[in-house]
Amino acid sequence: MNEGRREIIQLVFVLVGLIFLVKLFFIQVLDNKYAELADSNAILRQVEYPFRGLITDRHGKLIVYNTPEYDLTAIVKDIKNFDSTKFCQVFELSREDLRLKFKEMKKRKEYSPVKPTLFIDQLSNLDFARVQDRLDEFSGFYIESRTTRAYTTSALANALGYVSELSKDQLERDEKTFYRQGDYIGQSGIESYYEEQLRGKRGVRFKLRNVKGVEKGSFKNGAYDTLAIPGQDLVSGIDLDLQQYGELLMKGKSGSIAAIEPSSGEVLALVSGPSYDPNLLTGSKYSSNFRLISNDTLKPLFNRPLMAQYRPGSIFKIAQAMTALQEKVITPETRFRCDKSLIGCHAGHDNQDLRGAIANSCNPYFLGVLRKMLNKGVSNSPFEDTRIGLAEWNKHINSFGFGSNLGIDLPNEKGGLIPTPAYYDQAYDNRPWKFSNIYSIAIGEGENLVVPIQMANFAAIIANRGYYYTPHLIKAIGKDGKPLPKYIERHYTTIDSSYFRIAVDAMQQVVESGTGQYRARLADIIVCGKTGTVQNDPLPAHSVFIAFAPRDNPKIAISVYVEDAGQGARAAASIASLMIEKYLLGKTKRQFIEDYVLAGKFLDQKN
Amino acid sequence: MRREDDISVKLDWTTILLFVALVTLGWLNIFAAIYDETADQTIWDLSLSSGRQLMFIAAAAVIVIMIIIIDMRFYETFAYLFYGLILVLLFLVPLIGKEVGGNKAWIGVGSFGVQPSEFAKFITALAVAKYIGSVGFRMDNLRNQAVLFALIGVPIILIQLQKDTGTALVFTSFVLVFYREGMSPFLLIVGVCAATIFVLTLLIPNPLYLHAAIAIILILLISFGKKKFKRIAILVIGALLISGVIVSVDYVVNNVLKPHQQNRVKVLVNPDIDPLGVGWNVTQSKIAIGSGGLNGKGFLRGTQTKFDFVPKQSTDFIFCTIGEEFGWIGSLVVIGLFVALLLRVIFLAERQKSRFARAYGYSVACILFFHFAINISMTVGLFPVIGIPLPFFSYGGSSLWGFTILLFVLLKLDAHRSQVLQRV
Repeated sequence: MNEGRREIIQLVFVLVGLIFLVKLFFIQVLDNKYAELADSNAILRQVEYPFRGLITDRHGKLIVYNTPEYDLTAIVKDIKNFDSTKFCQVFELSREDLRLKFKEMKKRKEYSPVKPTLFIDQLSNLDFARVQDRLDEFSGFYIESRTTRAYTTSALANALGYVSELSKDQLERDEKTFYRQGDYIGQSGIESYYEEQLRGKRGVRFKLRNVKGVEKGSFKNGAYDTLAIPGQDLVSGIDLDLQQYGELLMKGKSGSIAAIEPSSGEVLALVSGPSYDPNLLTGSKYSSNFRLISNDTLKPLFNRPLMAQYRPGSIFKIAQAMTALQEKVITPETRFRCDKSLIGCHAGHDNQDLRGAIANSCNPYFLGVLRKMLNKGVSNSPFEDTRIGLAEWNKHINSFGFGSNLGIDLPNEKGGLIPTPAYYDQAYDNRPWKFSNIYSIAIGEGENLVVPIQMANFAAIIANRGYYYTPHLIKAIGKDGKPLPKYIERHYTTIDSSYFRIAVDAMQQVVESGTGQYRARLADIIVCGKTGTVQNDPLPAHSVFIAFAPRDNPKIAISVYVEDAGQGARAAASIASLMIEKYLLGKTKRQFIEDYVLAGKFLDQKN
Repeated sequence: MRREDDISVKLDWTTILLFVALVTLGWLNIFAAIYDETADQTIWDLSLSSGRQLMFIAAAAVIVIMIIIIDMRFYETFAYLFYGLILVLLFLVPLIGKEVGGNKAWIGVGSFGVQPSEFAKFITALAVAKYIGSVGFRMDNLRNQAVLFALIGVPIILIQLQKDTGTALVFTSFVLVFYREGMSPFLLIVGVCAATIFVLTLLIPNPLYLHAAIAIILILLISFGKKKFKRIAILVIGALLISGVIVSVDYVVNNVLKPHQQNRVKVLVNPDIDPLGVGWNVTQSKIAIGSGGLNGKGFLRGTQTKFDFVPKQSTDFIFCTIGEEFGWIGSLVVIGLFVALLLRVIFLAERQKSRFARAYGYSVACILFFHFAINISMTVGLFPVIGIPLPFFSYGGSSLWGFTILLFVLLKLDAHRSQVLQRV
């Protein structure tokens, strides 16, 4: 009656064993999912953030450095006996804030009750010191540190730029997948342009941890770990004292100062007014401050030396003169009557040669120069003749670095505009145009647009008698000690060096006896300069001045552009000469000029 | 002394070798489960589970010697007395016992605690075997059957009172013994069907679908078979019974089971419902075993068991350590050893001359099988998490001694099988 029952039971035993082995074969051998899950369970990938490179000025003074910043994270599973009243008191939160913080945390994508999740970001140094001692009263809360940027100065904000968490767009555009969500990245200025040099290389440490997240030593004795490599330090050409002085002078004004060392193209100062304190855009107040600054109607984030495209005004006359000399349509001795029928002029001169016309900024003279330049009679048609002349003119003017981006080591540089025949074809809707339609470009008005850094570069070209190095802020990268290769290349203009002597003479005359004599002249240094007063109806004109000094072996070339400040001989000439004085002598002796600039009442007086 | 009288020769050394292999592997794995690389530890350390398990093993060896020394007739003779005593103890446990891990299953003697329920398995096996082996016992006699079910039913109830469902369930394995001794397979078939319906009820969220399916099958069976009244009546009653089972399962799962038991059952069907909460045990256990791969991570190299991701890793989830550190090959060895032991025990049982010894042998096999099957099923997610140990492997004195006594009493009986007059 019980035949075969033994076998049935034996079969059941063997069958169950086989089922186990098959099931185990599936989860152990065939399915890799579990091995990966085990790794993510037990192996903690700890990112070591590298130190971002430091930035110093040309004399080694520290400008940008790193300071530790502390985030408070929480592992919700480990929070026990939470005393919310005490927590609020220690962290200076209201009950509502605390509730919000928990809500925010749980909404985060990376949120998990068993893993550390960001709870309060960027506790300041001060908060950290206070909180540190009391942290053990709150189980489940941990401090994580990383570094944030800090600045020794409130100057140079727009040139330095700022660093902030990279945006979703930036993360998507990062094709080399260097960055991860939550990483910091240079967002503008040097921080952005030299991001690759500054950022360094992240290190990774793999650590074993137990179910509570407690570390249990390194994974495979650190075989897969990499050390963080700090970013490269940058030495800028900026003279921090000069920069700060420039910012002082530009206080309450709109405009820019750009100063360059002509012999190297290193930028000595780059002032944008109005500006902001770069320390506002670091740490926990970044978001709220950024909103404030970016909504400011004075546009402090607008980097005027690079981005503001202005008509150059009378400083452009020097470029006209050089072009005309090169094309041999005039000689230094060529004279034009100061005929005010087409274009106005200042009193006090009548029939001058080239040097005199530059010194007195004679408008009709340069109208005459441009007419000769554009209408050389190579074609019988005045239209065609102008077209040919304009193309030649454009080529020369462009060789001064006008009309396109110079290639400075900052993002968002604008190129300005130097009109071409094609430009006027479009502007006149392909109807014919000739000299009489476009003559206002003769005196730097009309369609011409330049940015202040181009004006400073122009001053450097004259200082160098015909060549320039592309202006750049960073003169040395890391241990290498060299700037980017493109900044050691010399660029020549299309003008013979010998013609520049005439420009230098004339610019010396501007300061010694011409339009700039009252405020730009220095006792011990021969300053060469040129004023500009750019029409800005109905508002007051923009005040412009370019200069370099000393005349021989120049050390500084500068452009100053002050919006709505009237004549170039007033605001701009004063500021430029003070900057030169400060840079070359270390201090300024002319207190009355400084007071005049700081008072800022350039339109009040008759002068 | 004649060579045939030498007990060491008559003992079945195959079984003993399998036993020693399992106990040794278990001991090593207990050390692996609690091993902490950063601490300076040895497997002998008495402050660790591994050191204590070694003490338990030593005590088990003493027990083995005592079992072999004691006269073989002792066990059968006093089976009912032991049974009565253990029932008293089981009854007393909820009153005087101490609570360990949510179950009040321990009786303390000083700092030393034992679980009477672990020994109840052995004693019930003796009692059941004695009853089956008694003169005039007939499996087809309803009264005899009733007594048998009472013999296993009383301990089930008493142990369930201690809220130790896992151990209580172990006693259902005796049904397989009854089957071997001649009970109609009807009960087993019904049991398997009930289990299938039970799982289906859990898998299918709305029981209405199941009822509908049963109704359709019923209509099909009636219309395509002989249309005899008796047959139709049986089919209708059967269908009603099945529907009743579904309703009651639904009711039991949602209303009778405590929330933690409900969750254990629901997690079985879908372990992903709450991987951090209820599903944690099963999920982590599967991760640990699954991450072992073919060859495993190596002895003491497991990360999941070591760093406490798997709960109860040295007791109920000890198999995770094997799976993680020794991989599929290690699992194959362990499962192979268990199946070999089970088959060997059946072989021993079948060669007994007395019905008592054979029934006892089958009891040993079935109890071991139940533990083995349920424990590994739960670690690989084939069965709800029920806290029963893996024989010889899991940490703990009571469980090791219980299984050792269970097995070696059989070896003792087997050694003297030729001295027994055949009664069947």
